[in-house]
Amino acid sequence: MPLHLEKVSHNYGPVAALDGIDLDIADGETVALIGPSGCGKSTLLGIIGGLLQPSAGRVSLSGPPPAESLNPFTYVFQDFALLPWRNVADNVGLALEHRGLDHGQSRERVAAALALTGLAEFAGAYPKQLSGGMRQRVGIARALVVRPAVLLLDEPLSALDAQTRELLIEDLLAIWARESSTRVYVTHNLEEAVRLADRVVVLSRRPGRIRDILAIDVPVAERARPQHTTMLVDMQRRLWALIRDEAATAEREIADV
Amino acid sequence: MSEPNTDRRPVPFRGGGFAPAPRPAVPWIVFAALIGLWQAASSSGLLPALLMPSPAAIVRALYGLWLDGTLAEHVAASLRRIVPGWIIGTAAGLGIGLAMGIFSSARAAGLPIVSALFPIPKIALLPVLILWLGIGEPSKVATIALGVFFPTVISAYTACDSVPRNLIRMGQSFGLPARDIVAKILLPGAMPGILAGFRISASVALLLVVAAEMIGAQHGIGAFVLTAGNLMQTDQLLAGVVVLSILGLLISWGLGMLERKILRWR
Repeated sequence: MPLHLEKVSHNYGPVAALDGIDLDIADGETVALIGPSGCGKSTLLGIIGGLLQPSAGRVSLSGPPPAESLNPFTYVFQDFALLPWRNVADNVGLALEHRGLDHGQSRERVAAALALTGLAEFAGAYPKQLSGGMRQRVGIARALVVRPAVLLLDEPLSALDAQTRELLIEDLLAIWARESSTRVYVTHNLEEAVRLADRVVVLSRRPGRIRDILAIDVPVAERARPQHTTMLVDMQRRLWALIRDEAATAEREIADV
Repeated sequence: MSEPNTDRRPVPFRGGGFAPAPRPAVPWIVFAALIGLWQAASSSGLLPALLMPSPAAIVRALYGLWLDGTLAEHVAASLRRIVPGWIIGTAAGLGIGLAMGIFSSARAAGLPIVSALFPIPKIALLPVLILWLGIGEPSKVATIALGVFFPTVISAYTACDSVPRNLIRMGQSFGLPARDIVAKILLPGAMPGILAGFRISASVALLLVVAAEMIGAQHGIGAFVLTAGNLMQTDQLLAGVVVLSILGLLISWGLGMLERKILRWR
Protein backbone atom coordinates (compact mmCIF):
# COMPACT_ATOMS: atom_id res chain seq x y z
CA MET A 1 0.00 0.00 0.00
CA PRO A 2 1.23 3.57 -0.66
CA LEU A 3 2.72 5.09 2.47
CA HIS A 4 2.79 8.78 3.26
CA LEU A 5 4.99 10.60 5.75
CA GLU A 6 4.00 14.19 6.39
CA LYS A 7 6.24 16.54 8.37
CA VAL A 8 7.28 13.79 10.77
CA SER A 9 9.43 15.11 13.60
CA HIS A 10 10.61 13.50 16.78
CA ASN A 11 12.38 14.70 19.90
CA TYR A 12 13.95 12.69 22.67
CA GLY A 13 13.54 15.20 25.46
CA PRO A 14 15.42 18.31 24.36
CA VAL A 15 17.26 16.43 21.59
CA ALA A 16 15.68 16.69 18.12
CA ALA A 17 16.09 13.33 16.41
CA LEU A 18 13.99 13.90 13.29
CA ASP A 19 12.92 17.14 11.71
CA GLY A 20 10.12 17.43 9.17
CA ILE A 21 10.40 14.25 7.17
CA ASP A 22 8.16 14.35 4.09
CA LEU A 23 8.15 11.23 1.98
CA ASP A 24 5.73 9.33 -0.23
CA ILE A 25 6.44 5.69 -0.91
CA ALA A 26 4.61 4.00 -3.76
CA ASP A 27 2.84 0.67 -3.53
CA GLY A 28 5.33 -2.17 -3.81
CA GLU A 29 8.31 0.13 -3.74
CA THR A 30 11.43 -0.59 -1.71
CA VAL A 31 12.97 2.45 -0.05
CA ALA A 32 16.27 2.27 1.78
CA LEU A 33 16.94 4.76 4.58
CA ILE A 34 20.60 5.48 5.13
CA GLY A 35 22.48 8.08 7.08
CA PRO A 36 25.23 8.54 9.63
CA SER A 37 24.72 6.84 12.95
CA GLY A 38 22.38 8.79 15.19
CA CYS A 39 20.49 10.28 12.26
CA GLY A 40 17.23 8.87 13.52
CA LYS A 41 16.65 6.24 10.84
CA SER A 42 15.58 3.55 13.32
CA THR A 43 13.45 6.12 15.11
CA LEU A 44 11.74 6.90 11.82
CA LEU A 45 11.09 3.20 11.23
CA GLY A 46 9.61 2.92 14.73
CA ILE A 47 7.30 5.82 13.97
CA ILE A 48 6.21 4.35 10.62
CA GLY A 49 5.24 1.07 12.28
CA GLY A 50 3.43 2.69 15.20
CA LEU A 51 5.90 1.63 17.88
CA LEU A 52 6.90 5.24 18.57
CA GLN A 53 4.68 8.27 18.76
CA PRO A 54 6.06 11.11 16.62
CA SER A 55 6.38 14.50 18.33
CA ALA A 56 4.77 16.03 15.25
CA GLY A 57 3.51 15.03 11.83
CA ARG A 58 1.75 11.92 10.71
CA VAL A 59 2.14 8.65 8.87
CA SER A 60 -0.70 7.24 6.80
CA LEU A 61 -1.54 4.51 4.34
CA SER A 62 -3.84 4.83 1.36
CA GLY A 63 -5.60 2.42 -0.93
CA PRO A 64 -6.94 -1.05 -0.26
CA PRO A 65 -4.88 -3.53 1.79
CA PRO A 66 -3.43 -6.52 -0.07
CA ALA A 67 -5.49 -9.69 -0.19
CA GLU A 68 -5.39 -11.80 2.98
CA SER A 69 -3.28 -9.26 4.85
CA LEU A 70 -3.67 -9.62 8.61
CA ASN A 71 -1.36 -6.87 9.81
CA PRO A 72 -0.50 -3.74 7.82
CA PHE A 73 3.02 -3.26 9.24
CA THR A 74 5.46 -5.93 10.24
CA TYR A 75 9.07 -5.65 11.33
CA VAL A 76 12.24 -7.56 10.74
CA PHE A 77 14.53 -6.75 13.67
CA GLN A 78 18.29 -6.38 13.74
CA ASP A 79 18.58 -8.77 16.72
CA PHE A 80 15.92 -11.14 15.27
CA ALA A 81 13.68 -10.88 18.38
CA LEU A 82 12.81 -14.58 18.37
CA LEU A 83 11.28 -16.28 21.39
CA PRO A 84 13.92 -18.80 22.53
CA TRP A 85 11.30 -21.10 24.08
CA ARG A 86 9.43 -21.57 20.79
CA ASN A 87 10.62 -23.58 17.83
CA VAL A 88 10.84 -22.11 14.34
CA ALA A 89 7.27 -22.95 13.28
CA ASP A 90 5.82 -21.61 16.55
CA ASN A 91 7.89 -18.43 16.36
CA VAL A 92 6.46 -17.80 12.90
CA GLY A 93 3.00 -18.87 14.06
CA LEU A 94 3.08 -16.35 16.92
CA ALA A 95 2.10 -13.65 14.44
CA LEU A 96 -1.08 -15.59 13.53
CA GLU A 97 -2.32 -17.07 16.80
CA HIS A 98 -4.56 -14.17 17.80
CA ARG A 99 -5.98 -13.67 14.32
CA GLY A 100 -8.75 -16.23 14.60
CA LEU A 101 -7.64 -18.38 11.69
CA ASP A 102 -8.61 -22.03 11.82
CA HIS A 103 -5.85 -24.50 12.50
CA GLY A 104 -5.45 -25.66 8.91
CA GLN A 105 -5.26 -22.13 7.54
CA SER A 106 -2.56 -21.03 9.92
CA ARG A 107 -0.55 -24.21 9.36
CA GLU A 108 -0.77 -23.59 5.64
CA ARG A 109 0.42 -20.01 6.01
CA VAL A 110 3.29 -20.97 8.30
CA ALA A 111 4.35 -23.71 5.89
CA ALA A 112 4.25 -21.27 2.97
CA ALA A 113 6.33 -18.68 4.85
CA LEU A 114 8.86 -21.33 5.88
CA ALA A 115 9.10 -22.56 2.30
CA LEU A 116 9.62 -19.02 1.01
CA THR A 117 12.56 -18.50 3.37
CA GLY A 118 14.07 -21.96 2.93
CA LEU A 119 13.22 -23.07 6.45
CA ALA A 120 10.89 -25.98 5.71
CA GLU A 121 13.26 -28.56 7.18
CA PHE A 122 13.89 -26.50 10.30
CA ALA A 123 10.31 -26.12 11.53
CA GLY A 124 11.02 -28.04 14.73
CA ALA A 125 14.41 -26.46 15.55
CA TYR A 126 14.89 -23.97 18.39
CA PRO A 127 16.55 -20.57 17.85
CA LYS A 128 19.65 -21.47 19.88
CA GLN A 129 20.31 -24.35 17.47
CA LEU A 130 20.37 -22.03 14.44
CA SER A 131 23.05 -19.80 12.96
CA GLY A 132 22.49 -16.05 12.83
CA GLY A 133 21.49 -16.22 9.19
CA MET A 134 18.89 -18.90 9.84
CA ARG A 135 17.54 -16.96 12.81
CA GLN A 136 17.04 -13.92 10.65
CA ARG A 137 15.29 -16.07 8.04
CA VAL A 138 12.87 -17.01 10.82
CA GLY A 139 12.43 -13.30 11.55
CA ILE A 140 11.68 -12.67 7.87
CA ALA A 141 9.25 -15.62 7.67
CA ARG A 142 7.41 -14.32 10.74
CA ALA A 143 7.11 -10.88 9.17
CA LEU A 144 5.79 -12.31 5.89
CA VAL A 145 3.36 -14.85 7.32
CA VAL A 146 0.73 -12.15 7.95
CA ARG A 147 1.12 -10.84 4.36
CA PRO A 148 1.95 -7.30 5.44
CA ALA A 149 1.09 -4.22 3.45
CA VAL A 150 4.35 -2.63 4.55
CA LEU A 151 7.45 -4.56 5.54
CA LEU A 152 9.79 -2.62 7.83
CA LEU A 153 13.34 -3.91 8.01
CA ASP A 154 15.51 -2.43 10.75
CA GLU A 155 19.15 -3.17 9.86
CA PRO A 156 18.15 -6.78 9.25
CA LEU A 157 21.61 -7.95 8.21
CA SER A 158 23.77 -5.88 10.56
CA ALA A 159 24.24 -8.65 13.10
CA LEU A 160 25.46 -11.10 10.48
CA ASP A 161 28.94 -11.80 9.12
CA ALA A 162 29.83 -10.71 5.58
CA GLN A 163 29.30 -14.09 3.93
CA THR A 164 25.96 -14.72 5.59
CA ARG A 165 24.93 -11.19 4.69
CA GLU A 166 25.68 -11.87 1.02
CA LEU A 167 23.54 -15.04 1.13
CA LEU A 168 20.70 -13.20 2.83
CA ILE A 169 20.82 -10.40 0.24
CA GLU A 170 20.31 -13.05 -2.45
CA ASP A 171 17.45 -14.54 -0.42
CA LEU A 172 15.83 -11.14 0.03
CA LEU A 173 16.03 -10.49 -3.71
CA ALA A 174 14.30 -13.83 -4.34
CA ILE A 175 11.64 -12.92 -1.77
CA TRP A 176 11.17 -9.44 -3.25
CA ALA A 177 10.35 -11.18 -6.56
CA ARG A 178 7.62 -13.33 -5.00
CA GLU A 179 6.03 -10.96 -2.55
CA SER A 180 4.71 -7.49 -3.23
CA SER A 181 4.65 -5.50 0.02
CA THR A 182 5.87 -1.93 0.23
CA ARG A 183 9.23 -2.01 2.00
CA VAL A 184 11.26 0.36 4.10
CA TYR A 185 14.78 -0.86 4.67
CA VAL A 186 16.98 0.84 7.25
CA THR A 187 20.67 0.12 6.89
CA HIS A 188 24.09 1.66 7.29
CA ASN A 189 25.45 -0.65 4.61
CA LEU A 190 25.54 1.16 1.27
CA GLU A 191 25.86 -2.04 -0.74
CA GLU A 192 22.64 -3.42 0.75
CA ALA A 193 20.94 -0.14 -0.10
CA VAL A 194 21.95 -0.09 -3.76
CA ARG A 195 21.29 -3.77 -4.32
CA LEU A 196 17.90 -4.00 -2.63
CA ALA A 197 16.18 -0.64 -2.95
CA ASP A 198 14.37 1.21 -5.71
CA ARG A 199 15.12 4.53 -4.04
CA VAL A 200 17.69 5.43 -1.42
CA VAL A 201 16.78 8.18 1.03
CA VAL A 202 19.80 9.85 2.61
CA LEU A 203 19.20 11.38 6.02
CA SER A 204 21.38 14.06 7.53
CA ARG A 205 22.87 14.02 10.99
CA ARG A 206 20.84 14.89 14.04
CA PRO A 207 18.26 16.21 13.65
CA GLY A 208 17.56 13.83 10.78
CA ARG A 209 16.33 15.60 7.66
CA ILE A 210 16.05 14.25 4.15
CA ARG A 211 19.28 15.30 2.50
CA ASP A 212 18.85 13.63 -0.84
CA ILE A 213 16.88 10.91 -2.58
CA LEU A 214 18.57 8.76 -5.21
CA ALA A 215 16.47 6.62 -7.52
CA ILE A 216 18.08 3.52 -8.97
CA ASP A 217 16.41 2.91 -12.30
CA VAL A 218 17.53 -0.66 -12.92
CA PRO A 219 15.02 -3.17 -11.46
CA VAL A 220 16.51 -4.96 -8.42
CA ALA A 221 16.18 -8.34 -10.11
CA GLU A 222 18.54 -7.28 -12.90
CA ARG A 223 21.21 -5.60 -10.82
CA ALA A 224 23.34 -8.70 -10.54
CA ARG A 225 24.08 -8.47 -14.27
CA PRO A 226 27.66 -7.46 -15.09
CA GLN A 227 26.70 -4.42 -17.16
CA HIS A 228 25.20 -2.75 -14.08
CA THR A 229 28.19 -3.26 -11.82
CA THR A 230 29.76 0.10 -12.64
CA MET A 231 26.49 1.91 -12.06
CA LEU A 232 26.03 0.26 -8.64
CA VAL A 233 29.58 1.02 -7.56
CA ASP A 234 29.18 4.59 -8.76
CA MET A 235 25.93 4.87 -6.84
CA GLN A 236 27.61 3.64 -3.67
CA ARG A 237 30.36 6.21 -4.18
CA ARG A 238 27.79 8.99 -4.55
CA LEU A 239 26.00 7.87 -1.40
CA TRP A 240 29.25 7.73 0.52
CA ALA A 241 30.15 11.24 -0.67
CA LEU A 242 26.81 12.43 0.70
CA ILE A 243 27.25 10.99 4.17
CA ARG A 244 31.02 10.74 4.65
CA ASP A 245 31.65 14.05 6.42
CA GLU A 246 28.69 13.69 8.70
CA ALA A 247 29.55 10.07 9.47
CA ALA A 248 33.04 11.20 10.45
CA THR A 249 31.61 13.92 12.69
CA ALA A 250 29.11 11.51 14.25
CA GLU A 251 31.83 8.99 14.87
CA ARG A 252 33.99 11.47 16.77
CA GLU A 253 31.16 12.69 18.92
CA ILE A 254 31.00 12.10 22.66
CA ALA A 255 27.60 10.79 23.65
CA ASP A 256 25.64 13.11 25.90
CA VAL A 257 24.00 10.92 28.48
CA MET B 1 65.29 -13.63 6.21
CA SER B 2 68.58 -14.64 7.88
CA GLU B 3 70.35 -17.98 8.21
CA PRO B 4 68.00 -20.94 8.04
CA ASN B 5 67.69 -23.08 11.16
CA THR B 6 70.62 -21.67 13.08
CA ASP B 7 68.82 -18.72 14.66
CA ARG B 8 65.31 -20.19 14.77
CA ARG B 9 63.88 -20.44 18.25
CA PRO B 10 60.51 -22.12 18.74
CA VAL B 11 57.72 -19.91 20.15
CA PRO B 12 57.14 -21.11 23.72
CA PHE B 13 53.59 -22.22 24.55
CA ARG B 14 51.97 -19.80 26.97
CA GLY B 15 48.27 -20.70 26.85
CA GLY B 16 46.48 -23.41 28.79
CA GLY B 17 45.18 -23.55 32.34
CA PHE B 18 42.41 -21.35 33.76
CA ALA B 19 39.86 -23.63 32.11
CA PRO B 20 37.85 -25.57 34.69
CA ALA B 21 37.69 -29.22 33.65
CA PRO B 22 35.55 -31.94 35.22
CA ARG B 23 37.31 -34.10 37.84
CA PRO B 24 34.48 -36.48 38.77
CA ALA B 25 36.40 -38.53 41.35
CA VAL B 26 37.80 -35.62 43.36
CA PRO B 27 34.68 -34.62 45.33
CA TRP B 28 34.11 -38.22 46.47
CA ILE B 29 37.72 -38.63 47.53
CA VAL B 30 37.68 -35.37 49.50
CA PHE B 31 34.38 -36.27 51.11
CA ALA B 32 35.56 -39.74 52.08
CA ALA B 33 38.89 -38.41 53.36
CA LEU B 34 37.21 -35.82 55.59
CA ILE B 35 34.81 -38.39 57.05
CA GLY B 36 37.70 -40.81 57.49
CA LEU B 37 39.82 -38.22 59.28
CA TRP B 38 36.92 -37.31 61.52
CA GLN B 39 36.24 -40.97 62.35
CA ALA B 40 39.94 -41.56 63.06
CA ALA B 41 40.08 -38.53 65.36
CA SER B 42 37.02 -39.78 67.24
CA SER B 43 38.22 -43.38 67.52
CA SER B 44 41.63 -42.29 68.83
CA GLY B 45 39.96 -40.17 71.50
CA LEU B 46 41.20 -36.88 70.05
CA LEU B 47 37.62 -35.61 69.74
CA PRO B 48 35.56 -35.93 72.95
CA ALA B 49 32.46 -37.97 72.04
CA LEU B 50 30.20 -35.75 74.12
CA LEU B 51 31.05 -32.58 72.14
CA MET B 52 31.66 -34.11 68.72
CA PRO B 53 30.32 -37.62 68.16
CA SER B 54 31.93 -39.78 65.49
CA PRO B 55 30.35 -40.23 62.03
CA ALA B 56 29.55 -43.83 62.99
CA ALA B 57 27.71 -42.67 66.11
CA ILE B 58 25.67 -40.19 64.05
CA VAL B 59 24.76 -42.88 61.54
CA ARG B 60 23.75 -45.19 64.43
CA ALA B 61 21.61 -42.43 65.92
CA LEU B 62 19.98 -41.81 62.53
CA TYR B 63 19.26 -45.51 62.10
CA GLY B 64 17.75 -45.70 65.57
CA LEU B 65 15.52 -42.69 64.88
CA TRP B 66 14.46 -44.26 61.60
CA LEU B 67 13.60 -47.59 63.31
CA ASP B 68 11.46 -46.17 66.11
CA GLY B 69 9.63 -43.79 63.82
CA THR B 70 10.69 -40.53 65.51
CA LEU B 71 12.52 -39.42 62.39
CA ALA B 72 9.41 -39.72 60.21
CA GLU B 73 7.30 -38.02 62.86
CA HIS B 74 9.56 -34.96 63.10
CA VAL B 75 10.18 -34.67 59.38
CA ALA B 76 6.44 -34.92 58.73
CA ALA B 77 5.73 -32.22 61.32
CA SER B 78 8.26 -29.89 59.67
CA LEU B 79 6.96 -30.61 56.17
CA ARG B 80 3.39 -29.85 57.31
CA ARG B 81 4.64 -26.33 58.10
CA ILE B 82 7.04 -25.79 55.20
CA VAL B 83 4.77 -26.94 52.38
CA PRO B 84 1.68 -24.82 53.10
CA GLY B 85 3.84 -21.89 54.21
CA TRP B 86 5.90 -21.97 51.05
CA ILE B 87 2.86 -22.40 48.80
CA ILE B 88 0.95 -19.53 50.39
CA GLY B 89 3.99 -17.24 50.38
CA THR B 90 4.87 -18.14 46.80
CA ALA B 91 1.33 -17.73 45.46
CA ALA B 92 0.91 -14.33 47.10
CA GLY B 93 4.44 -13.28 46.19
CA LEU B 94 4.01 -14.24 42.53
CA GLY B 95 0.68 -12.43 42.36
CA ILE B 96 2.04 -9.19 43.80
CA GLY B 97 5.47 -9.48 42.15
CA LEU B 98 4.08 -10.09 38.65
CA ALA B 99 1.60 -7.25 39.10
CA MET B 100 4.57 -5.04 40.03
CA GLY B 101 6.42 -6.32 36.99
CA ILE B 102 3.54 -5.51 34.63
CA PHE B 103 1.81 -2.41 35.98
CA SER B 104 3.73 0.77 36.74
CA SER B 105 1.25 1.88 39.38
CA ALA B 106 1.40 -1.48 41.15
CA ARG B 107 5.16 -1.12 41.21
CA ALA B 108 5.01 2.46 42.47
CA ALA B 109 2.61 1.38 45.22
CA GLY B 110 4.36 -1.86 46.14
CA LEU B 111 8.06 -1.15 45.86
CA PRO B 112 8.47 1.15 48.90
CA ILE B 113 6.47 -1.22 51.10
CA VAL B 114 8.37 -4.28 49.93
CA SER B 115 11.72 -2.51 50.28
CA ALA B 116 10.83 -1.42 53.82
CA LEU B 117 9.57 -4.82 55.00
CA PHE B 118 11.99 -7.09 53.15
CA PRO B 119 14.98 -6.57 55.51
CA ILE B 120 13.00 -7.48 58.66
CA PRO B 121 14.14 -10.91 59.85
CA LYS B 122 10.77 -12.62 59.66
CA ILE B 123 11.42 -14.77 62.71
CA ALA B 124 11.19 -11.56 64.75
CA LEU B 125 7.52 -11.43 63.77
CA LEU B 126 6.78 -14.87 65.23
CA PRO B 127 5.87 -13.50 68.70
CA VAL B 128 3.39 -11.09 67.11
CA LEU B 129 1.99 -13.85 64.92
CA ILE B 130 1.65 -16.07 68.01
CA LEU B 131 -0.33 -13.30 69.70
CA TRP B 132 -2.60 -13.03 66.68
CA LEU B 133 -2.89 -16.64 65.61
CA GLY B 134 -2.07 -18.63 68.74
CA ILE B 135 0.89 -20.85 69.59
CA GLY B 136 -0.24 -23.63 67.19
CA GLU B 137 0.48 -24.29 63.56
CA PRO B 138 -0.97 -21.17 61.89
CA SER B 139 1.61 -18.81 63.43
CA LYS B 140 4.50 -20.98 62.19
CA VAL B 141 3.00 -21.38 58.72
CA ALA B 142 2.41 -17.63 58.58
CA THR B 143 6.04 -16.90 59.53
CA ILE B 144 7.25 -19.12 56.71
CA ALA B 145 4.75 -17.62 54.27
CA LEU B 146 5.91 -14.10 55.16
CA GLY B 147 9.54 -15.09 54.83
CA VAL B 148 8.88 -16.63 51.41
CA PHE B 149 6.63 -13.79 50.22
CA PHE B 150 9.19 -10.97 50.04
CA PRO B 151 12.00 -12.67 48.11
CA THR B 152 9.37 -14.08 45.74
CA VAL B 153 7.95 -10.60 45.07
CA ILE B 154 11.41 -9.26 44.35
CA SER B 155 12.45 -12.14 42.11
CA ALA B 156 9.15 -12.01 40.19
CA TYR B 157 9.29 -8.33 39.31
CA THR B 158 13.00 -8.31 38.55
CA ALA B 159 12.40 -11.38 36.34
CA CYS B 160 9.79 -9.36 34.43
CA ASP B 161 12.31 -6.53 34.03
CA SER B 162 14.86 -8.94 32.64
CA VAL B 163 12.64 -9.88 29.69
CA PRO B 164 14.14 -7.99 26.72
CA ARG B 165 11.94 -5.01 25.84
CA ASN B 166 12.45 -5.63 22.15
CA LEU B 167 10.62 -8.97 22.48
CA ILE B 168 7.66 -7.05 23.88
CA ARG B 169 7.90 -4.45 21.09
CA MET B 170 8.01 -7.37 18.66
CA GLY B 171 4.77 -8.72 20.12
CA GLN B 172 3.17 -5.29 19.84
CA SER B 173 4.35 -4.89 16.26
CA PHE B 174 2.50 -8.09 15.38
CA GLY B 175 -0.61 -6.76 17.04
CA LEU B 176 -0.65 -9.21 19.97
CA PRO B 177 -3.22 -8.17 22.58
CA ALA B 178 -1.78 -7.21 25.98
CA ARG B 179 -2.91 -10.46 27.61
CA ASP B 180 -1.11 -12.47 24.92
CA ILE B 181 2.05 -10.42 25.41
CA VAL B 182 1.89 -11.29 29.11
CA ALA B 183 1.09 -14.97 28.58
CA LYS B 184 3.31 -15.69 25.58
CA ILE B 185 6.27 -13.36 26.03
CA LEU B 186 6.49 -11.88 29.53
CA LEU B 187 5.73 -14.93 31.67
CA PRO B 188 7.85 -17.46 29.75
CA GLY B 189 10.65 -14.91 29.60
CA ALA B 190 10.42 -14.30 33.34
CA MET B 191 10.35 -18.01 34.17
CA PRO B 192 14.12 -18.49 34.65
CA GLY B 193 14.21 -15.64 37.16
CA ILE B 194 11.10 -16.89 38.95
CA LEU B 195 12.52 -20.41 39.26
CA ALA B 196 15.84 -19.04 40.53
CA GLY B 197 13.80 -17.20 43.15
CA PHE B 198 12.22 -20.51 44.22
CA ARG B 199 15.65 -21.74 45.31
CA ILE B 200 16.09 -18.73 47.55
CA SER B 201 12.60 -18.91 48.99
CA ALA B 202 12.93 -22.66 49.65
CA SER B 203 16.08 -22.12 51.69
CA VAL B 204 14.35 -19.29 53.57
CA ALA B 205 11.46 -21.66 54.34
CA LEU B 206 13.82 -24.31 55.69
CA LEU B 207 15.61 -21.76 57.86
CA LEU B 208 12.38 -20.34 59.25
CA VAL B 209 10.78 -23.70 60.01
CA VAL B 210 13.76 -24.68 62.16
CA ALA B 211 13.80 -21.33 63.93
CA ALA B 212 10.05 -21.37 64.54
CA GLU B 213 10.16 -24.91 65.86
CA MET B 214 12.95 -23.99 68.23
CA ILE B 215 10.81 -21.22 69.69
CA GLY B 216 7.67 -23.17 70.36
CA ALA B 217 6.96 -26.67 69.11
CA GLN B 218 6.79 -30.24 70.42
CA HIS B 219 7.54 -31.84 67.08
CA GLY B 220 9.54 -30.97 64.02
CA ILE B 221 13.25 -31.18 63.31
CA GLY B 222 13.97 -27.82 64.88
CA ALA B 223 12.31 -28.86 68.14
CA PHE B 224 14.09 -32.21 68.02
CA VAL B 225 17.52 -30.62 67.53
CA LEU B 226 16.90 -28.15 70.37
CA THR B 227 15.76 -30.86 72.78
CA ALA B 228 18.72 -33.07 71.89
CA GLY B 229 21.03 -30.14 72.60
CA ASN B 230 19.42 -29.46 75.99
CA LEU B 231 19.87 -33.13 76.92
CA MET B 232 23.50 -33.17 75.67
CA GLN B 233 22.56 -35.91 73.18
CA THR B 234 25.00 -34.64 70.60
CA ASP B 235 24.68 -37.69 68.36
CA GLN B 236 20.93 -37.10 68.12
CA LEU B 237 21.51 -33.38 67.59
CA LEU B 238 23.90 -33.92 64.70
CA ALA B 239 21.62 -36.61 63.25
CA GLY B 240 18.94 -33.90 63.12
CA VAL B 241 21.36 -31.55 61.38
CA VAL B 242 22.16 -34.24 58.81
CA VAL B 243 18.44 -34.71 58.18
CA LEU B 244 18.11 -30.97 57.58
CA SER B 245 20.95 -31.00 55.12
CA ILE B 246 19.41 -33.97 53.29
CA LEU B 247 16.08 -32.14 53.21
CA GLY B 248 17.78 -29.09 51.73
CA LEU B 249 19.53 -31.21 49.12
CA LEU B 250 16.28 -32.93 48.16
CA ILE B 251 14.48 -29.61 47.74
CA SER B 252 17.28 -28.22 45.61
CA TRP B 253 17.38 -31.41 43.51
CA GLY B 254 13.61 -31.23 42.98
CA LEU B 255 13.83 -27.60 41.90
CA GLY B 256 16.68 -28.50 39.56
CA MET B 257 14.46 -31.14 37.95
CA LEU B 258 11.66 -28.60 37.61
CA GLU B 259 14.03 -26.09 35.99
CA ARG B 260 15.35 -28.62 33.52
CA LYS B 261 11.79 -29.59 32.60
CA ILE B 262 10.38 -26.07 32.24
CA LEU B 263 13.49 -24.40 30.83
CA ARG B 264 14.42 -27.09 28.34
CA TRP B 265 14.76 -24.38 25.68
CA ARG B 266 17.81 -22.88 27.38
